[in-house]
Amino acid sequence: MSLRTPLGRVLGKGSAGDGVGHWWMQRVTAVALLPLTAWFAISLLGKQLQSYEAMRGWLGQPWVAVFAALLVSTIAWHSKLGVQVVIEDYVHGKGGKTALLLLSTFIHVAAAAAGIFAILRMALA
Amino acid sequence: MNAPRPLSPHLGVYKFMYTMSLSILHRITGLAAAFGFLALVWWLMALATGPDAYARAMQCLGTPLSKLLLVGFTFSFVYHFCNGIRHLVWDTGRGLERAQARRSGALVVVAALLGTALVVWLGCRAMGAAP
Repeated sequence: MSLRTPLGRVLGKGSAGDGVGHWWMQRVTAVALLPLTAWFAISLLGKQLQSYEAMRGWLGQPWVAVFAALLVSTIAWHSKLGVQVVIEDYVHGKGGKTALLLLSTFIHVAAAAAGIFAILRMALA
Repeated sequence: MNAPRPLSPHLGVYKFMYTMSLSILHRITGLAAAFGFLALVWWLMALATGPDAYARAMQCLGTPLSKLLLVGFTFSFVYHFCNGIRHLVWDTGRGLERAQARRSGALVVVAALLGTALVVWLGCRAMGAAP
């Protein structure tokens, strides 16, 4: 006899209430990051990194700004999910674990906000 | 209800195999990439702030310690990238046999080393090409 309710079985979200959502988004963001990071790294390596004008000119282009913003937000999401698993696996104290998870979430959201703001400021200047 | 039950990951129960170190390395490099992400945002903010802030940031990145960190980060990122593809292939149910997993592991390490060498070489050119 199962103690699970019929509704719980149908929803299939398990005890964490999230189902396969975490696992799936980790993969979705991973797939998205393959072309995004490859594009960004290859583009950077072809630029004169010391030249402020060259870098501003590049990141000021509309499509470059769009994909750079996508890159920053997707990295933030993927990184948040990954760091979360590491904290959940290796930090065993309940208080410490919760505090670190909160801290990681705040830092990731703040970093994403800062990165996107910087890109928008350059693109809309 | 608070009996000391074993919590995953209980790594002590397995015999050590080199594929395990690759798996652990995937986590470590992922964590390193999280710090690399913060560095990327710091660099973008400097670039958005103005020429002086950008010059200072690039000066920061030019110190011997920063260069060493950048090379380490490059390997870390390229490894996570390559091994991430290996994980995505596994997610489709392919390549899970022991011999296949060992072979793909070796392939990832070689690809990561070659990729690091290539990126460091191109990176030196991109950093050095000051106008």
